[in-house]
Amino acid sequence: MEDILKVEHVTKRFANHTALDDVSLTVPRGSVYGLLGPNGAGKSTLIRIINRITAPDSGKVWLNGRELAPEDVYNIGYLPEERGLYKQMKVGEQAIYFAQLKGLSRREATARLRQWFQKFGIEYWWDKKVSELSKGMAQKVQFIVTVLHEPELLIFDEPFSGFDPINANLLKEEILALRDKGATVIFSTHNMASVEEICDHITLINKSHNILSGSLEEIRHKHGTGIFEVEFRGDREALRERLADSYTVLADSEESEAGRNALKIHLDRHKAIHALVAEINDAVEIRSFREIIPSMNDIFIKAVAGQL
Amino acid sequence: MGKSKIGLIARREFNERVRKKSFIITTILTPLLMVGVMVLMVWLMNRENNRDKEILVIDRSGIVAPQLTDEGTLHYRPADRTLDEMRREAPADAYGILLIGEDIMTNPRAAELYTYESSTVDVEQAVSDQIRRIIEDRKLKAYNIENLDTILAEIDSPITLQTKTISETGETKDSSSILSMASAYIFGLLIYMFVFMYGTMVMQGVIEEKSNKVLEVMVSSVRPFELMMGKILGIASVALTQLLIWVAFITIVGGAALNYFAGDMLQAASAMNAGTAMPMEMDPDTMDQAVMLSRLTDVRYMLTLVGGFIVYFIGGYLLYAAMFAAVGSAVDNEKDTQNLQLPITIPLLLAFFVMFNAMKDPNGPLAFWFSLIPFTSPVIMMARLPYGVPGWEVIVSVVLLYLTFIGMVWLAGKIYRVGIFMYGKKPTFKELFKWMKYKY
Repeated sequence: MEDILKVEHVTKRFANHTALDDVSLTVPRGSVYGLLGPNGAGKSTLIRIINRITAPDSGKVWLNGRELAPEDVYNIGYLPEERGLYKQMKVGEQAIYFAQLKGLSRREATARLRQWFQKFGIEYWWDKKVSELSKGMAQKVQFIVTVLHEPELLIFDEPFSGFDPINANLLKEEILALRDKGATVIFSTHNMASVEEICDHITLINKSHNILSGSLEEIRHKHGTGIFEVEFRGDREALRERLADSYTVLADSEESEAGRNALKIHLDRHKAIHALVAEINDAVEIRSFREIIPSMNDIFIKAVAGQL
Repeated sequence: MGKSKIGLIARREFNERVRKKSFIITTILTPLLMVGVMVLMVWLMNRENNRDKEILVIDRSGIVAPQLTDEGTLHYRPADRTLDEMRREAPADAYGILLIGEDIMTNPRAAELYTYESSTVDVEQAVSDQIRRIIEDRKLKAYNIENLDTILAEIDSPITLQTKTISETGETKDSSSILSMASAYIFGLLIYMFVFMYGTMVMQGVIEEKSNKVLEVMVSSVRPFELMMGKILGIASVALTQLLIWVAFITIVGGAALNYFAGDMLQAASAMNAGTAMPMEMDPDTMDQAVMLSRLTDVRYMLTLVGGFIVYFIGGYLLYAAMFAAVGSAVDNEKDTQNLQLPITIPLLLAFFVMFNAMKDPNGPLAFWFSLIPFTSPVIMMARLPYGVPGWEVIVSVVLLYLTFIGMVWLAGKIYRVGIFMYGKKPTFKELFKWMKYKY
């Protein structure tokens, strides 16, 4: 099975507004899938539908090629945006309780929890009450609780919010490690930097619509500016003249840093890159050649603005 | 799977609550407090009854005053000043002034009692009884009957009514309506209190989970209905635990106290239960108390009451807890619950007030109907049960109660699963009804 999760034409209306309007997306197995969008776009509603917390008004959700069923909660781990733990309950006991609700036996849950607590170096939290933990500490516990039953699909709603950079990094590593072990990870965020670092697929939701979907590579390519930058050793003016006939050399490449000779060139879509490279290579010695790729942030802002 | 999850949730609720200090403290302190309050009440009542009360008498007829005799703590003394003087300035230590009119023989309204504090029924009764006896005596004497005093002494025949209840099987049993009334009151009140207390606990639990955001995590692993039922059942088991501890406490402490203070009477009572003859002669008052005791120590009778209490408590609690859970799910904090709680508190309060009627007239139409209506039946039936209720009425009322509870849980579940994800606004009843119809 290539795709683990399929969302088809899902619509969800509330009394006063439509949270999701005909949203479809496909999550490939083993991917880290980013669900992006501004606040209030409908991400959390979509996540709740995938978790069977609410039902869509129309449309379907498929997991492993079957329509989503109640037992599927055992295959899903969910970290909600608003973290919630019983404040007066001890950490270890509480983690065991949640694990049991996900179908683990008490003994299995205890053994796995001990491992995780060791890994994070937090064994001494076991008998503390949640109310004694800081917010970040509680979030670590919540993360462990989410992944403990080793589900094939993990859903994190804004996993990095509230973490300091060190712990955010730890979390990133854990997410990638889980993916390497075979899990599929969906997470929602509006933090674009984290998207570029760990996502391989994304969907951008804005105003209840899916406005952009696909692999990170594809999207960037599609939104590529067609501008390439070449660094070279040789006669700058000769190169500029040589390219002037067939290509557009951008003016802003004129002022390059000291000791660095570079030009920016716009390439029309129908023209081949290798022809350009060959042309340059004839005139000067190429030191580097790369496409200037827009950041996800730029794409995000452009896509959202374009829809306005 | 679903069942064991409800079990898991219920177990957590139970463990968390039973381990709390507040639970341990209330469980131990409540019976002690109740015993303490009762002792205090008896003590205060005795003190009040033992206080000497002096009544100053102004007798314009000259008939009554010479015949008035001190009675218990009531003392009569002729007044040495006029009513007006005494009104302006109260004589030291006087409880009140009794004014007898000249025409007391013909005018029943010619006796007036003025008191410096509000008088009690007992005092009024004692005073009017004496005046009446004096007047009756005088009227009797006017007939000039020979040997009147002897005749009067002879015809004086106090009656101690021996009450027995005939059961459906035709057996008769000594009954004590004072005990029945006391049990009715205690059991009715206990159900009312327990349903209210533990129902509110369910509501608070739901609100806490909602504001803690635990619900979102929970709902990704269990169905909202399981969550609601788990909480309701978990708290029910807390209530039953507390109740059983109290029953055990009362049985042990009460049994020990009875043995210590009234060992003889206890023997008489158990003899009565066993159906053997009276072991000794008793005066009617002691006899009454022995009958009461025999009921108290009658295992079958007490089991019926405690069993009935448990059946009605569970049914009533489940019915109301479901409603409390629905209200809790609809709000963000406890302050917003007041309006929505009305449909819960009104039937409960109604049951509480009808209970007093049911205690006096356990087979009257009011008691009958309200002991069948599920929203009031737990309290009212418990108030009727000590007097004995026909079996079919109990069965119909229990069946109705449990059917309504199932329906209510279903409705509450529908409100609950919508409510727990509604934040930020105070819902109205109209909205709650809309939630019931939501497609899920």
